[in-house]
Amino acid sequence: MIDFEANHLIRLEAVTKVYGSGDAAVVALNEFSLDVATGELLAVMGPSGSGKSTLMNILGCLDTPTSGRYWFGGQDVSRLNETQLAHVRNRRIGFVFQQFQLLPKLSAWRNVELPLLYRNAQDRRALAVQALDSVGLRNRIDHRPTELSGGQQQRVAIARALVTDPDLILADEPTGNLDSASSRDVLAVLRELNQQGRTIIVITHDPEVAPVAQRTVTMRDGRLVQGVAA
Amino acid sequence: MSLLHTIETGLRSLLGHRLRSVLTTLGILFGVAAVISTVGIGQASSDSVTARISSLGTNLLTISPGSTVSGGVFGGGGSANTLTMDDVTGLLDHQNAPDIEAVAPVTQGRESLVSAFSNWSTTVSGSTPGWLITNSRSVGSGTFITAADVNSHAQVIVLGATTASNLGAAVGDLITVKQIPFQVIGILATTGSQGFGNQDDLAVVPLTTAQGELVGGVGSVQRILLSATSQATLGSAYLEANQVLLQTHHITNPTQADYSITSSTQVLSTAQAVTQTLTILLASVAAISLIVGGIGVMNIMLVSVTERTAEIGLRKALGATPGDLFRQFVIEAGVLTAAGGLLGVGTGLAAGYIVPRTANIAVTITPLPVLVAVAVAVAVGLVFGVYPALRAARLAPIEALRAQ
Repeated sequence: MIDFEANHLIRLEAVTKVYGSGDAAVVALNEFSLDVATGELLAVMGPSGSGKSTLMNILGCLDTPTSGRYWFGGQDVSRLNETQLAHVRNRRIGFVFQQFQLLPKLSAWRNVELPLLYRNAQDRRALAVQALDSVGLRNRIDHRPTELSGGQQQRVAIARALVTDPDLILADEPTGNLDSASSRDVLAVLRELNQQGRTIIVITHDPEVAPVAQRTVTMRDGRLVQGVAA
Repeated sequence: MSLLHTIETGLRSLLGHRLRSVLTTLGILFGVAAVISTVGIGQASSDSVTARISSLGTNLLTISPGSTVSGGVFGGGGSANTLTMDDVTGLLDHQNAPDIEAVAPVTQGRESLVSAFSNWSTTVSGSTPGWLITNSRSVGSGTFITAADVNSHAQVIVLGATTASNLGAAVGDLITVKQIPFQVIGILATTGSQGFGNQDDLAVVPLTTAQGELVGGVGSVQRILLSATSQATLGSAYLEANQVLLQTHHITNPTQADYSITSSTQVLSTAQAVTQTLTILLASVAAISLIVGGIGVMNIMLVSVTERTAEIGLRKALGATPGDLFRQFVIEAGVLTAAGGLLGVGTGLAAGYIVPRTANIAVTITPLPVLVAVAVAVAVGLVFGVYPALRAARLAPIEALRAQ
């Protein structure tokens, strides 16, 4: 068992997110609380409309909660402004998206370099090549996304998430656009990263992800229905 | 993100849409080139008008007859025959008018001149020896009309250089005007002027001959030219001339004067005002095209922001701040307009070189309009780039990421 009090990276306290107002108001997250320990690989599952995407946006500091608190590494990030949130995203979070979100005109290493540009890092090429090496794409650094398979593209995206050495990797349906072989490939990479000590949250409805995760939580109607520790 | 990388990112995305970037740049290019060349044309025509009027001398006064009022009908300025040789005699009196250097009564008409070889139609002025001084001219070969020629109604003629060469006439030749033979006694030195109002295409005969044989109007003159002893004495010469004419015309109330006196500086300032107005008009039209170009830039930047919504969302997720995205899009707009501005300067300068050599229109390009046009172009780009850039900066990252 992991000691949540001492080791938690993430703590959501009664987080509520409401979209719209008046009669049209939609409660996407309803008094949602969750702790995630450092070094954990957590899978968040649930049907469409259960609030998974909203949770992802809050966890990724892409949006702020309507009420409640979000502690990230001991810092309350629920009341930060846009620029401050951008800095948290850049320094502490790596994203992996369902659609890969690679810029088609840039080579693999230029794509991986992107987050480093927003922190004025030195030796960007070396860091990008190193990150691509760690996902097994050392010999694809100059390829454009269109010259890579879906699985390879998602591995480039994982390298981009890794390159800044973030506290958290947040993956939104990382296998949603991949065939089963590529999915296994990507999940293996995520598990390996977790074994190296990275905290990873995977938001998915792919049942293949659950066995890889240490813990799976399921959402319904903006609430947690079930929390199973591995 | 450092400025260098922001510029690099902007350039990359512009190069990614080459045709679109070039077309947008063209709008600014033509705007800047139009401003530079129209101001250049205006400047050149202003310079040439100034030079032409200055060549007449800046110490020249022209006396014209007043208007006729007959039975309540206003005849218009210059329609009366109120100027006579008595006025001329009065103005020549150094006792009353010490600051007047020379006086030249003029009566002129358009006549056909016939030489042994050809004929040529030009303006023939009847005047006195004072004509040379008041018009700041000199004789190239031969002599000018003398006082004796005027007294004796001599049938002699002095030709402008262009007129002489068109007639094929030289000093000593005989030419006929209205079937009266005139001997060419002199040819004026050229002024080098060309085109409309050519100062080298004219002829001068003794005043009395013009009055008696050619133009008519014995006893009166059409106008009187005066030159002051220097530019500094122009003012006092004006007052003296006015005083003399009030006396010879027996007028006690100066507001009822039946003549008017204008100075060449007045004519000059009027002409300059006219050309300046014309230049401003032309430049305004060109400036409008520059603004239209700026709107083109804004249009393209808005398209670009819409088209790259997903990219903007991704950059935001990866840590781009609203400021980073704002700068990126403003720089893209700035690069488009700066490129258009610089190419526009090149095109404007090229037009300034080619137009005078092909279309016979003078163009004078000075540094100021060039700098102003470029500065305005860049300012236009930045101003019109701000709105699309703000749109990009304000996009919510989630919505933007979902835009695919």
